[in-house]
Amino acid sequence: MSLNVDIQSKLGAFELDVQLRTKAGTTVVFGRSGSGKTSLINAIAGLTTPDQGRIAFRDTVLFDAQSGVHVPSHQRRIGYVFQNARLFPHLSVSQNLDFGARFAKEPLSVAERRQMIDTLGIEALLNRRIAALSGGEQQRVALGRALLSVPRLLLMDEPLAALDTARKQEILPYFERLHAQGGPPMIYVTHDMSEIVRLADNILVLRDGRSVVGGTVEDVLADPANVKLIGVQDAGALVQGIISGHEADGLSTIDLSAGQLHVPKIGAPVGAKVRMRIRAQDVILSVSEPKDLSSQNILRARITEIQTGEGPSVAIALRTGSDRLLARITRRALAQMQLEVGQEVWAVLKANAVPPSAIARSENNGVVA
Amino acid sequence: MLSAAELAIVALSLQIALLATVVCLPFAIATAWLLARKKFYGKPLLNIVVHLPLVLPPVVTGYALLILFGKQGPIGGMLETFLGITFAFRWTGAALAAGIMGFPLMVRAIRLGIEAVDKGLEDAAATLGASRSAVFLHVTLPLVTPALLAGTVLGFAKAMGEFGATITFVASIPGQTETLPSAIYTLLQVPGGEDAALRLILLSVAVSILALAVSEVLARRAARKVAGL
Repeated sequence: MSLNVDIQSKLGAFELDVQLRTKAGTTVVFGRSGSGKTSLINAIAGLTTPDQGRIAFRDTVLFDAQSGVHVPSHQRRIGYVFQNARLFPHLSVSQNLDFGARFAKEPLSVAERRQMIDTLGIEALLNRRIAALSGGEQQRVALGRALLSVPRLLLMDEPLAALDTARKQEILPYFERLHAQGGPPMIYVTHDMSEIVRLADNILVLRDGRSVVGGTVEDVLADPANVKLIGVQDAGALVQGIISGHEADGLSTIDLSAGQLHVPKIGAPVGAKVRMRIRAQDVILSVSEPKDLSSQNILRARITEIQTGEGPSVAIALRTGSDRLLARITRRALAQMQLEVGQEVWAVLKANAVPPSAIARSENNGVVA
Repeated sequence: MLSAAELAIVALSLQIALLATVVCLPFAIATAWLLARKKFYGKPLLNIVVHLPLVLPPVVTGYALLILFGKQGPIGGMLETFLGITFAFRWTGAALAAGIMGFPLMVRAIRLGIEAVDKGLEDAAATLGASRSAVFLHVTLPLVTPALLAGTVLGFAKAMGEFGATITFVASIPGQTETLPSAIYTLLQVPGGEDAALRLILLSVAVSILALAVSEVLARRAARKVAGL
């Protein structure tokens, strides 16, 4: 157990009441704006003091309201990458990078520093002034600056939110690489599903200042009870696969545990393990084997759970081989098809339902690399 | 060109204004920081006391200095007895008067600068391991440089031009407390002194323009740097 948070705070009319226990790897804190995500990580960083509760990291108590412990930010060794970079405008890029190193007990060696700068692709920027950097470059420098202070834990507050899609796709690989190279555990705040697919090992969902669901990202996203919480547009399970071919017609084939998917061409070699999100609303169910369909992606699946709510739609959990799927169909369709738990069905999805942004390369156990 | 007497007056004026500004600056920074960033009991009172010299008639401030820092004054007496420092009718007294009069201007400029510093940058520095004093030294202070320069120039200009409080507190003794403004005033009181006064007036205009020009160049450079350019 690395980070253990249980805090309560009242900020005007807003009440924060969050419990968080992280394991190794990246924990994504997910929720709409105003759900308390930033308040939570500000408290972990020591930038704010909660009214009640306790924050402990490994064997160190960072905050305990009862015994009056409040370790100041600068002694916590918790790195923080802010949404808007917050680089020091009066310093150059390399001075920004080295700002934290002088306070670190064991700063990185010259070789490690060079390796870090290389990984982040910021070597050419070192002598630039901050105002001459693009948004994406600023975030990469901010990440490097945080890492060079040798933090034990890294907090990221929607570091890509201020960037356009192209810039996001440019930076995400750096975050993934960092993760793969054994960087510090991360708490990553976002409301962007594509970042979750690519980075999350665990997820904590916040709503109105409360932590409502937590667990491995696979479990949380595959649970039909969470569809409303995640958002009906965004909900969808993660599946694992291996790229088995790139076709001349612009499609890539991915082998799943129980079938094949054909998706728009992805930029990873044959044999690469991938993890992808299949949105519940893109999955169509059929009780008989569908023929003469335009879709090439048909998977045999078994219904494991049917979650009816108050709205007109129903969330259905499916198992296909060792993977789980979620489907969202109308209440009327459920009644007409007479679907039941345990029933065998065919799940159909369009090739375009899995865009490249919903696919990430992965290594063992869904750890993104 | 300039006579020895005129040169001496300019030199003394510069000496007084420089001492006043240099000694005041750290106190002005500390006061500005307190007023900009801290909440404490008596803060409105401190604010008023700091600004008093700005609104009081200078002659009142000068008289107050005479009462407090004169040889028989409570503070002046102690300083003389224990430290051997005399303010009354000395150039140091002129510097004290000039400093007190310039102080509120310095505090105001620096306070505005500190209030304009993005607290988010200070938070970022703290998460990078910088203690509060390190944050102040490495982030807040450099970002306040333009305001610091502006405050220093204002304080220096005020000190160079100070007249009312100075003449009340330390009079106008040639070679000791006679600054440019008091020398000009003295000359204007004498019949036929206008020509000599005009020379000093032009001189003080030249010194002022030079100081402004230098500060403008420095301020631009600092503003560019702070903006990350």
